[in-house]
Amino acid sequence: MDELDFLGNTLLQLLSGVPLTIELTVGSVAIGAVLALLLTLLRAGSRIGALFVSAFVFVFRGTPLLLQIFLIYYGLGQFAAIRASVFWPFLREPWCCAILSLALNTAAYESEILRGGFASVPAGAIEAGRACGMSRLLLLRRIILPLAIRQALPAYGNELIAMVKATSLASLITLMEVTGIAYAIISQTYRAIEVFLCAGIIYLALNFALTRGVAAMEAWLGPSVRRA
Amino acid sequence: MGDLVRLLGFGPTGWGASLLTGAAMTLAVSAAAYLVGLVLGALGAWGKVGGSASTRRVVDVYTTVFRGIPELLVIYLIYFGGSEALSSAGHLLGSTGFIGLNGFMAGTLAVGIIAGAYQTEALRGGFLAIPRGEIEAARAVGMGWFLMLRRVVGPRTLRFALPSMGNIWQQVLKESALISVTGLSELMRAVNIAGGSTRLPFDFAIAGFVLYLVLTTFSGGVLRSVEYSVARGERGR
Amino acid sequence: MNWGRTLATAGVLAAVLAGAAQAKDYSKIVIATEGAYPPYNMHAPNGELIGFEIDLGNDLCKRMNIQCTWVAQDWDSMIPALNAGKFDAVMDGMSITPQRLKALDFSKPYTTSPTTFLVLKNGPLAKMPDTGQHVSLDDKAATDKAIADITPILKGKTVGAQTATIQANLLDTYLKNVVTIRTYKTTEEHDLDLSDNRIDASLASTSYFVSTLSKPGGDQFVEVGPLFTGGLLGKGTGVGIRKTDPELVAMFNKAIDEATKDGTISKLSLKWFKTDIAPPAS
Repeated sequence: MDELDFLGNTLLQLLSGVPLTIELTVGSVAIGAVLALLLTLLRAGSRIGALFVSAFVFVFRGTPLLLQIFLIYYGLGQFAAIRASVFWPFLREPWCCAILSLALNTAAYESEILRGGFASVPAGAIEAGRACGMSRLLLLRRIILPLAIRQALPAYGNELIAMVKATSLASLITLMEVTGIAYAIISQTYRAIEVFLCAGIIYLALNFALTRGVAAMEAWLGPSVRRA
Repeated sequence: MGDLVRLLGFGPTGWGASLLTGAAMTLAVSAAAYLVGLVLGALGAWGKVGGSASTRRVVDVYTTVFRGIPELLVIYLIYFGGSEALSSAGHLLGSTGFIGLNGFMAGTLAVGIIAGAYQTEALRGGFLAIPRGEIEAARAVGMGWFLMLRRVVGPRTLRFALPSMGNIWQQVLKESALISVTGLSELMRAVNIAGGSTRLPFDFAIAGFVLYLVLTTFSGGVLRSVEYSVARGERGR
Repeated sequence: MNWGRTLATAGVLAAVLAGAAQAKDYSKIVIATEGAYPPYNMHAPNGELIGFEIDLGNDLCKRMNIQCTWVAQDWDSMIPALNAGKFDAVMDGMSITPQRLKALDFSKPYTTSPTTFLVLKNGPLAKMPDTGQHVSLDDKAATDKAIADITPILKGKTVGAQTATIQANLLDTYLKNVVTIRTYKTTEEHDLDLSDNRIDASLASTSYFVSTLSKPGGDQFVEVGPLFTGGLLGKGTGVGIRKTDPELVAMFNKAIDEATKDGTISKLSLKWFKTDIAPPAS
């Protein structure tokens, strides 16, 4: 029974890291979504903007997230100018650095997803809206965004799951989310397999709940354009 | 500037050689992992498309679990658990020794198993995209299942799955950075060690960015040319 | 859902298999080190492992007449990886502590050095009391006094230490309610964060700080506070070996005895640490 006790205790201790894991996921996805929207607008705005966005997406999708976190956390601190700047109070905190690097990373992916979503809005729907005399803003709010979001939702759901998993890397810059706590328990008990298995179960449960949530939202927003 | 050249160079105090060796190791472990993923993905897709209800369930569990757990955990689990599993399998086959699983093998296996879960979905999607008429036509001209696989199903699945397969390759290349936690001297670890011991993490992280971008871009170009040649005869449609 | 049962079975299976019989042939062994704990062990720019422990390990292997190969491994998974059979011995500045002795065996110690704080020279903690005073954690009265001395100045500060080290354990045991503790994958990473002013102090072995202070930029730091030894800090650093390999422990003990007596350890210590941290010959 000792074995079951140990697993139960481990699971309980790991659960105390779930709030931070969720915080990191929600924080970075929310900031990432705003950045992605800005990137999409910038891309549509001018040729130079489009070039900048392509470069941003190229760099952040072409390199490992772990390296991006390393650059932002340890790399930026190397410069006295940055340490003296107004950003330092934020960059000094591992929590902020984790959210920032996760948000920049997901913004690159989300902007591609959004682009796909916007591209899928049928030209006819936009023309119909215009024909009814809708203003640009109304058109965006009532026609383009709902259709684009509906189309992008499945891909967005996958990105959310990817972000939940990605938060585990925050443990490498001293944050005590689920994986960070797992390291701490292993450093006391030296039982890596059991502890990592328990952590794995927690992530699976989180992602299962997330998948269900996204599916419910898809149903609420109506059938997909393409599937119809 | 002269300092940077010395640090990234190939002299006795330059880390250039260990960064480049790291990049080569990243490429090697990624290629091996991709192959493992391809085999698992082909088996998985086959099970999901043509298997019995219970086979489908097994494949479902596989793809759900390995797409739902952080890659870092999978690597640790296979690194620590893999050699025990292998040794016990060895015991059943009569071997008494301890079968080790070093960082390279464990990393290949872990990233390969994760890639296999995504590959299963990519190949299944590719297969389902084949117009049914083509398979019926192949049957109608009397093709056996192997000939049909080789001449129709195989190439057509590949044709439709290739874009996703390209994405999976990029994903594998980036995930291989996590294998650094097992002590394998790949690119991420080389960057980490050099940045930590010189206390110049920024310089080496940028060098790492450049090398990873070279790897992803170069291999991306190769993939696109494969895609182009597989899609031969469909252009202009 | 059968998760509970599956997990329990997996756990039991793992525990049984970990203890499975292994071939007891010690003519060739693999020694793991971190390669990021200078001057004990580190990577040269060309990727080669160098340092005090590499020199010492090779010397010990010559004495034991066995063939040794080195592998690099992250510190935080060192003990689980040893017990999973990834290698046969660990030489990574690992202290012999009561807690670790539950999971693995150790040879005799080959170095001993106290633990202390490193802070920025121009920072507020540079005037920490009790600097340079030796405090044995085995002596409860002295320990309590030292902790009481440094508590006021440390109150509310952030202190970094490497994950799964005796120093992290010390902070957790004695200063948990005084300071915020941050744990790092490598000691070099808490040095980076100290020089970036993300943390106010780091806690590590003085023998490790030798390398921090000697690197470019090392003059911004200063060692302060009591020099802690004993208790949960253990009895010096030894070779970590699986509990199932007592023969290997005996072989290492004999070799370390010889190397202590003929002055090899002192000589290597002077070469790498610039000071003699060899344990007294027994």
